[in-house]
Amino acid sequence: MKSLEELKAIRERMQNKVVLREGGADKRIVVGMATCGIAAGARPVLNAFVEEIANRGLTGAVEVSQTGCIGMCRFEPIVEVFEGDQRVTYVHVDPVKAREIVARHIVGGEPIVEYTIGAAEK
Amino acid sequence: MKELSLNILDIAQNSIHAEATIVRIILTETDETLKLEIEDDGKGMSEEFLARVTDPFSTTRKTRKVGLGLPLLKLAAEQTGGHMTISSREKAIAPDHHGTEVAALFYKNHLDFTPLGDVISTVVSLVQGSPDVDFVFVHEMPDRTVELDTRELREVLGEDIPLSSPDVLVWIRESLTEQYGTGD
Repeated sequence: MKSLEELKAIRERMQNKVVLREGGADKRIVVGMATCGIAAGARPVLNAFVEEIANRGLTGAVEVSQTGCIGMCRFEPIVEVFEGDQRVTYVHVDPVKAREIVARHIVGGEPIVEYTIGAAEK
Repeated sequence: MKELSLNILDIAQNSIHAEATIVRIILTETDETLKLEIEDDGKGMSEEFLARVTDPFSTTRKTRKVGLGLPLLKLAAEQTGGHMTISSREKAIAPDHHGTEVAALFYKNHLDFTPLGDVISTVVSLVQGSPDVDFVFVHEMPDRTVELDTRELREVLGEDIPLSSPDVLVWIRESLTEQYGTGD
């Protein structure tokens, strides 16, 4: 049984680190989590991003958040990556693509053009 | 929706949009039935809106936040011979006890019953997306009860550590996984 003692240990561990608050992240991953997104498979995509960002120690530098329907339901799961003025919209994302987006775009700095909405509309 | 837990995630988002500070998700299972209750202290709905909230074709742009979620849950319940009910009190009319309750009953042995699926991921996703909202999750089964109350976690963690911290999300996932028990 997980104990609250373990949570206390988490608290102590985190208090020793500088915790970057909201708005401190320079990159943002936004997953569409409205009815359309959820039905299309957004939940495992969200969890893949959360896990991958945590496993790579990028918490604080990259924020993962959720949003509603942006009116392009046929392309769900939709994921937007924001960095400064740049926005890249990925469509039909699955957990495998999510991990690839973290590796190649978030870490590597190169958007994966073939997964973007621009490529899907051609 | 392929899993009932996805409907739960979807409906709970309505509570969050309604500015709830606490959302209760209660599952009560017998051998034959599964009862789902989602209760919030959000701003509530008007009687007029409540009357047409389960009709997907009456949803206007202004109200599209509700959209297809409730009709899909209603369908999922009714196709097993069960039903769904909603009650709500608007903040303007009931300043002290405003909020919304959605309840759905499913007959588990019906051919068209949608399995509950990965309800742990639903809880983790909700906390990740809305770390400032409290969630109470209770799943009562004939042989055991699984529970999570984020208010207890918040008390231990203090104000500085958001519930959406990866370590906390892992703790929540592991805690629920342990309570459900593995391999059976």
